[in-house]
Amino acid sequence: MYEIVFKKFLTPTICLMEIDAPLVATSAKPGQFVIVRAREMGERIPLTVCDFDPVKGTVTIVIQIIGASSRIICSLEQGDSLTDFVGPLGRPSDFMEEDPASLKGRRYLFVAGGLGTAPVYPQAKYLHEHGAHVDVIVGAKTESLIIMEEQMSEVCDNLHICTDDGSKGHHGLVTEKIKLLLESGAAYDQAVAIGPMIMMKFVALTLKPTSIPLTVSLNTLMVDGTGMCGACRVTVGGKVRFACVEGPEFNAYEVDFDEALRRQSLYRPQEIEADHKCRIGRDL
Amino acid sequence: MKRTPVREQDPKVRATNFKEVCLGYDAGEAMEEASRCLNCKNPGCVKKCPVNIGIPRFIEQVKNGNFEEAFRIISEDSSLPAICGRVCPQETQCEGNCILGVKGEAVAIGKLERFVADYNRENGTPVIEKAAPNGHKVAIVGSGPSGLACASDLAKAGYDVTIFEVLHKAGGVLQYGIPEFRLPKETVVEHEIENVRRLGVRIETNVVIGRTLTVDQLMDKEGYEAVFIGSGAGLPRFMGIEGENLNGVFSANEYLTRSNLMRAFDPESDTPIFIGKNTVVVGGGNVAMDAARTALRLGSNVTVVYRRTEAELPARAEEVHHAREEGVVFRMLTNPVAILGDEKGCVKAIRCIRMELGECDASGRRSPVPVPGSETDIEADTVIMALGTSPNPLIANTTEGLQTERHGCIVADESGVTTRPGVFAGGDAVTGAATVILAMGAGRKAAAAIDRYIKEK
Ligand SMILES: Cc1cc2nc3c(=O)[nH]c(=O)nc-3n(C[C@H](O)[C@H](O)[C@H](O)COP(=O)(O)OP(=O)(O)OC[C@H]3O[C@@H](n4cnc5c(N)ncnc54)[C@H](O)[C@@H]3O)c2cc1C
Ligand SMILES: Cc1cc2nc3c(=O)[nH]c(=O)nc-3n(C[C@H](O)[C@H](O)[C@H](O)COP(=O)(O)OP(=O)(O)OC[C@H]3O[C@@H](n4cnc5c(N)ncnc54)[C@H](O)[C@@H]3O)c2cc1C
Ligand code: SF4
Ligand code: FES
Repeated sequence: MYEIVFKKFLTPTICLMEIDAPLVATSAKPGQFVIVRAREMGERIPLTVCDFDPVKGTVTIVIQIIGASSRIICSLEQGDSLTDFVGPLGRPSDFMEEDPASLKGRRYLFVAGGLGTAPVYPQAKYLHEHGAHVDVIVGAKTESLIIMEEQMSEVCDNLHICTDDGSKGHHGLVTEKIKLLLESGAAYDQAVAIGPMIMMKFVALTLKPTSIPLTVSLNTLMVDGTGMCGACRVTVGGKVRFACVEGPEFNAYEVDFDEALRRQSLYRPQEIEADHKCRIGRDL
Repeated sequence: MKRTPVREQDPKVRATNFKEVCLGYDAGEAMEEASRCLNCKNPGCVKKCPVNIGIPRFIEQVKNGNFEEAFRIISEDSSLPAICGRVCPQETQCEGNCILGVKGEAVAIGKLERFVADYNRENGTPVIEKAAPNGHKVAIVGSGPSGLACASDLAKAGYDVTIFEVLHKAGGVLQYGIPEFRLPKETVVEHEIENVRRLGVRIETNVVIGRTLTVDQLMDKEGYEAVFIGSGAGLPRFMGIEGENLNGVFSANEYLTRSNLMRAFDPESDTPIFIGKNTVVVGGGNVAMDAARTALRLGSNVTVVYRRTEAELPARAEEVHHAREEGVVFRMLTNPVAILGDEKGCVKAIRCIRMELGECDASGRRSPVPVPGSETDIEADTVIMALGTSPNPLIANTTEGLQTERHGCIVADESGVTTRPGVFAGGDAVTGAATVILAMGAGRKAAAAIDRYIKEK
């Protein structure tokens, strides 16, 4: 059992938890994820590692309520435990393989959509600590859904906020903000987009003409997360890849986003029913 | 004298539930069946048993009603009799070489083995015979039959043993692959795992070797003097044909993992499973039979397509027979060439080509060749690929000095010795997908080799 040592709602539907998991805390790297099961009959849910503290032995996850299982996880309280917590899974971000000294001065653009801020955070933090230049664009529907703004501003050079309704920052989509930055003369060696699949698809379309390399983190359906089932398969560069072991990060320009979007919706009818059942008798 | 029939659930009833199909012998039936054995001087059955169980010796004890003694005899060579009695391909091993099979029906060795194990689980008092702790630590990667067998032999010899397993439940394929209706989890599999725990073996689930910890860390930092790798062959293959990523195409591993490990067949489980109207399963092995019969029980019509003929079906004969009785349709000499989708990207049919048997290949089997122009479409909304699996490269990629060969199999000799000193391997990780008995045997041989290695160090 893995104790929830700290829990806080960042927005009414997004929850941050620190989990007691010493082995994962010492081995996790930016870009990797964990798989969580909330209870004995629970589903295996992949969640990105958002932060880790090897000294305290804790791993931070941020989870958005979008269906039955995420609702159950978020209904647990500080002091409760998750039944299972396994990781780190997937490959670390590419820059983790490089000599840290070579990162100094390199210019990064991160584009985080909604919950994507959470997985962007450890990457921005690592790069910032190693002297890279880091700009972050955070997009959300409205001001109240922006998460981790303060922490993020501490680990980047420029934080740009976009909201769909104009309640904060730029009024409009992250893709518009990208264009504005590039038009104003900003230059980047590498871009990273993490967020809803549809956002990553459009960021890829926006950046493709610029020749700035773009990495995306694919949140496919998963079961085991170890390469055993193929539920997570995506087509990248015309080849079938398993996102859980060969990813989750891939070269965005090679990803077949339309297929990935379609595959994500496979269980939608069953999930809507499950969530409906799960809501009955709960106040969340 | 004819073989004593074994009681089974009625096919119509069992096609709608996940309870065990075969109900096994009772004591009277077992003694009756045991009395058929001729107690051969030079028994063919033993020669064909991969671990050479003293078959006529244990059957003799069953005949006389000494079920505890029968169990003791089996236990000399097998640590998982309740499982092997259920899942071994007896018709190509012991029973396939039983003298009675020449003219009539072989002794039901598998059913007797199962009876003895079940009887002792239900009535016996487990005796734990264990040497005094010797202070040496050994790590086991993977809790499938090879890992469990290796762990229990080492624990009995006094070693301090820890199993690391990436999934949340121990058992390997016994847990995530083979369905409840063939191998009950709570009564049989969990019991065997509990026995291993009772010997003092720790089982750490949720640990990925190669990520959470590496083999190098286990040996250099955590003080393990030897490591046994029994990580299986879990990586599913696909055909590489058009339409394989359509919604509704699954690997058998995914389908079975959802149903077995995640218990998606149970309404209490949070894990969804896709239940089609018409399911086509591609393949002819045990994995294909298990996927087909699972889909059938969930409420789908099921067709199995296989590119060779009935005679070459690699699945256990009993499973093919059971699948037919339950209503699974077989189309032999049929091979998919494409999967067709509708405008939403969901499977609507699978296009297959007729095959005929041509020249013999390297394995001596006549290899199937397509008949040009013979394509037909089979209507389907679900396609399950059961084409075999290969070892996961994660451990080999993260372990210094551990060599692999074609298909990612770890290079190891008969006793499990690998190219890295102190690291041993066995089971499907070495051989590629094989059988429970071979994995168990490999785990035990490696345990003996580890014992020698540590004592000689
Ligand atoms: C590598 C990886 C990292 C992830 N990191 C995080 C994270 O840090 N925080 C977080 O909140 N979520 C993350 N996710 C997504 C998370 O796993 C899903 O939100 C969760 O599985 C949904 O479960 P549920 O039962 O609550 O919703 P469901 O009932 O399963 O789904 C509700 C709706 O969301 C859709 N959906 C299901 N899974 C996904 C998905 N993976 N992506 C988009 N839509 C989906 C369904 O089709 C359905 O319409 C990650 C996924 C992956 C693969
Ligand atoms: C559906 C199906 C039906 C079958 N039916 C039969 C049958 O009827 N009769 C028969 O004899 N055989 C059958 N087999 C084959 C048989 O189950 C296998 O040959 C046998 O289980 C192999 O045992 P193993 O110990 O080598 O590996 P496995 O049973 O595969 O166990 C390996 C374990 O290692 C774990 N692991 C892998 N990588 C790591 C890692 N990096 N870190 C930690 N843990 C890890 C896995 O999660 C798994 O639990 C079947 C197989 C399948 C899939
Ligand atoms: S070959 Fe058949 S008859 Fe002979 S000992 Fe073995 S089981 Fe008995
Ligand atoms: S999640 Fe099963 S192989 Fe990737």
